[in-house]
Formats: sequence, structure tokens, C-alpha cells
Amino acid sequence: MAPEQPVGIDPRPRNKGDAPRARPPRNTFSWAWVGVVPFFLFAFMFLFMPSVSIFVRSFESVDHTFTFQNILDIFQKSDIRNAYKLSLQVSLVTALGGASFGFLLAYAVTMGGLPKTVRSFMLTFSGVASNFAGVPLAFAFVATMGNAGLVTRIIEGLSGFDIHSGGFSIYNFWGLSIVYMYFQFPLMVLIMAPALDGLRREWREACENLGGSSFHYWRYVALPILAPTLLGTAILLFGNSFGAYATAYAFTGSFLNLVTIVIGAQIQGDVLYNPGLGNAMALGMIVIMSLVMSIYIWSQRRVARWVR
Amino acid sequence: MKRFPVWSWFWFLLGMLYFFIPLVSTFEFSLRMIKGKYTFEAYRVAFEDPRFYQSFGYSLLWAVITIVISLLLVVPTAYWVQLKLPKLRPVVEFITLMPFVVPAVVLTFGLIRLYGHPPILLTNTPAALVAGYVVLSFPYMYRSVDSGLRAVDIRTLTEAAQSLGAGWGTILKDVIFPNLRVALLSGIFLTFAIVMGEFTFAALLAWPAFGPYIEEIGAMRAYTPQAVSVMSFLITWGSIMLIQWLGRGARGAQVQVGGAR
Repeated sequence: MAPEQPVGIDPRPRNKGDAPRARPPRNTFSWAWVGVVPFFLFAFMFLFMPSVSIFVRSFESVDHTFTFQNILDIFQKSDIRNAYKLSLQVSLVTALGGASFGFLLAYAVTMGGLPKTVRSFMLTFSGVASNFAGVPLAFAFVATMGNAGLVTRIIEGLSGFDIHSGGFSIYNFWGLSIVYMYFQFPLMVLIMAPALDGLRREWREACENLGGSSFHYWRYVALPILAPTLLGTAILLFGNSFGAYATAYAFTGSFLNLVTIVIGAQIQGDVLYNPGLGNAMALGMIVIMSLVMSIYIWSQRRVARWVR
Repeated sequence: MKRFPVWSWFWFLLGMLYFFIPLVSTFEFSLRMIKGKYTFEAYRVAFEDPRFYQSFGYSLLWAVITIVISLLLVVPTAYWVQLKLPKLRPVVEFITLMPFVVPAVVLTFGLIRLYGHPPILLTNTPAALVAGYVVLSFPYMYRSVDSGLRAVDIRTLTEAAQSLGAGWGTILKDVIFPNLRVALLSGIFLTFAIVMGEFTFAALLAWPAFGPYIEEIGAMRAYTPQAVSVMSFLITWGSIMLIQWLGRGARGAQVQVGGAR
């Protein structure tokens, strides 16, 4: 057998003088993937492995034996359950609030009959505000509605009423929700404005030609088309506030026990030091965020049907 | 006759109030350091602190390193996927969305657990921090580059360059990069804006970056934190405005979906 004979393609030996094969052996192995190796290696080391390690160690007890106790603790320990409850509540409220307000704004600047400059102004500011999160945002709201904040003083100056008297505090659930809304609704505006632009005039005309009213148009045409975008964005906003840490930490310190705050405290070794439990809490976040992303990706596929 | 759009103006003005009241308040607050009058005293105090420059410098350095690594990883990958491996596109897209699934605080937790002790000890070097930042930049970088690649006919350009005898290095440097300039700059400035103010990774991995510095002086002083917040906002604002100015006229407004902060 000739040494250059490829192995495993054709077991029959080729003799000298044979005609070349009509169909040369197909090269099934491509080297093209080598170009993406660095990226995948990096993702493997710094995204995949940390996630897997969190998953595996969620089932590890303090003395390194296999256990389900950490997972059960999420549901059974009241402080952890409350942390999840609070995180979910904040995320739900700010996702619904942000989506509603953002939708109204997007509608106002796209189809509401406002001048074009207003629209570009709105979109520019949404771009900035949706990226303005973290510590500076928290301080901005302290300066707005904190004890010596501008809004607090204006209200006091106008009505003589100190909103912070009588035990009222902004460093609670609603205060944090108001802060989160600052980066939530602009994101909705950014995503909804192009989606509303995508509603074609012909659809409305077709609806009107068939005798449909404005209600019919929205109920049977526009909303069904927009529904995946609406759902997808709302779920995105949900995840956005569920995973937020810096804003909440700088705003409330550790007054509010959000899941991210508790995990952060675990890392800094402040409280209830049980690495397995920390892993389980982190795993819980990954599970919830995976659900969120699955719904988001599914909704994006539905959106794609209507986008040309 | 067209009606005056009352409700549209109402919602628009409400939105503008939500945008501007906190910004105006912050600015006003930062001017009130000396009782009874508006001065820039808080800014003077902020600029006097040597740690302001140190932390800012650190963040600047890490932002640059992050951008370089992110570009080196993302650009060839996005290009290669577009050109040769379209089947991998969903996988790469999924990976670049992962920072959303694994929030920064969770990723830090994982990094510390995994690389916080031998055999691979990274948490005592800035490597773990920069790795986290690079991961954080993936969604922004990939989306910018990918939409840039889709806007030009990469395959034809590449084949034209090849038929003129260009090697891969030349193709990337002289053909692909110039065509991607706007997309790359968008990704770069977004990454820059995010890394400069980033708090979670830096604070939990205990690096003296700009984000933790702002948080720290917030606990100690009254008016300087707001002054620094105003500056931080200007960095974000400048970066985003620059991106929008660069991308003017480009097809399809991009919406950036990144990790939560």
C-alpha cells in the first residue's frame, strides 16, 4: 500500500496503473475552526468553568461530601427565601413599570405626532441613561430624594412637609425601584421605538379597509405583532434588575437583602460563611437568569418573523 | 385638522423629568459644599485627593487592556464565523449573551472559587479582574462588530483581496479593519464607559478601581461623591454621544444588551 494512501477512506488497495477515483475522497476535516479557538478557550476558562464549578459545588457540603442540603436551604432558610422573594419583587415591579412607561414614551416619540427632533433627543438620552447605572446612579438619587436632596427640599419648601419625617425612608423597596427605573425604561424605549417603526402603514390601511376601528387595529394587528418584542423586552428588564448589584449596594448598603447583596457579602466573608450555600444561591441566580434568557431568545425568534 | 398631541407631550415631558431631575439634583448637590452659596469646592476637594488619580489611572489602564484583549478575541471570531463557520453563529451569540445569564456578582463568585487558590491562582493578579471585564464586554463588542460585518460584503472583499495576493494579516489590517472602524469604535467606547465605572468585579476582587473609589468616598464625605458622580456621568455621556455621532447614518439603530450592574 502506498504510504500516501489516506487511511479509512477506501480499504481496497490501489495498484499502480489504476484509474484515479472518479470521486476523490472528501475532506471531511476542516481546519477552519482553529480561527475561533482563542475565543472559545477564553469563554471556556472564564465563563463556562466558573459556572460549572458553581453548579458542582452547590452539591458539596462543608466537609466536601455530596449533599442536596444547600439546594434545600434556598427554599427552607427564611432569610435566603426572603432574599429571593425581594429580588424577584423588585425585578417584577421595575420590569412592569419600566416596560409600561418605556412603551408609552416610545409610542409618544414614534407615532404620537411629536416633532422629529424630540424623537432623536429622546433616543439619545435613552442611550445614555440605560448605561448610567451603578454607584454614580445611586448617589444621584441620594442627591435627589435623600435627606438633603433637591426634591426633598423643594417639597419641604413648597408644602412645609418633610417627607423624611415620620420614619419614611427612601432606602427601601420602593426607593430602590425608583432608582432601577432610571435604567429600565430607557432600555424599553430603545427597543420599542424601532419595533413601533416597523409597524407598516399598509397594515393599518388594510385594517381600516376591512372596516376595523383603531381598537380592532391594536387588538388584532399591532399588539399581536408587537407582543413578542414586548414580552422579550420586559423579561430583559426583569433580568437586568435581578442581576444588579452595584446600584443596590451603593444605594442601600446592606439594608435590603437582595440575592446579589447576600452573595456579595458571602464573597467578602461577612456572614453565614458556608461556601456550599453561597454556591447554591449563585446557582439559583443562574437558573433564574437561564429561564429569563430562554424566554428572551424564544421571543426574539418570534420577532424575526415580522422583521424583513 | 391635526389635533395637538397632548398625551404624547405629557409622556415625553414626564420622561424628560425622570431623566433630568436626578442629574440636576446631583449637580446642584455637588455645588453646595460651602453653606449658603454655590461653589465648585467639592470638585476642588475631589481633585486634591491623590487616590482620585490613582483609581482613575488604574481603571483607565484596565479599560485599555480589556479593550485590546476583547478586540483580539472578538474581531477574528466574528469575522471567521461570518466567513467560514456560519453554523457556529448561534453558539457564539449565546456565549456573548452569557454575561447576562451569569451576573457579574455570580461570575466573580465563580472566579474566586475556581482561581482563588493553586493550581491556577489568578485572583491576586489583575488577570481575574481583566478576564471579568473582557467577559462583560463581549455582548457590546460582539454586537457592534457583528452588525458592522453584516453591513459590508465581507466575503467579496476578502475574495477580492485574496485574488490580489493578500495574506490573512493584510486582509485583516487593510481591508476588514478600515471597513469596521465605526463598529469597532462603538464597541470600544461602550466597553470604556462600562469599565471606567465598574464596581462589582473591582470591589469583590478588592482592586482599587474608580468605581469602588466613588463608593468609598460616598461613605466618608458628603458632597465630593456627587461631584465625582457628575464626572462619571460625563464619561458615560461622552462615550455614548461619540458612538451615536460616529454611527450617524448607519443602518439600523443598535440596542445594546449587556449584563446588569
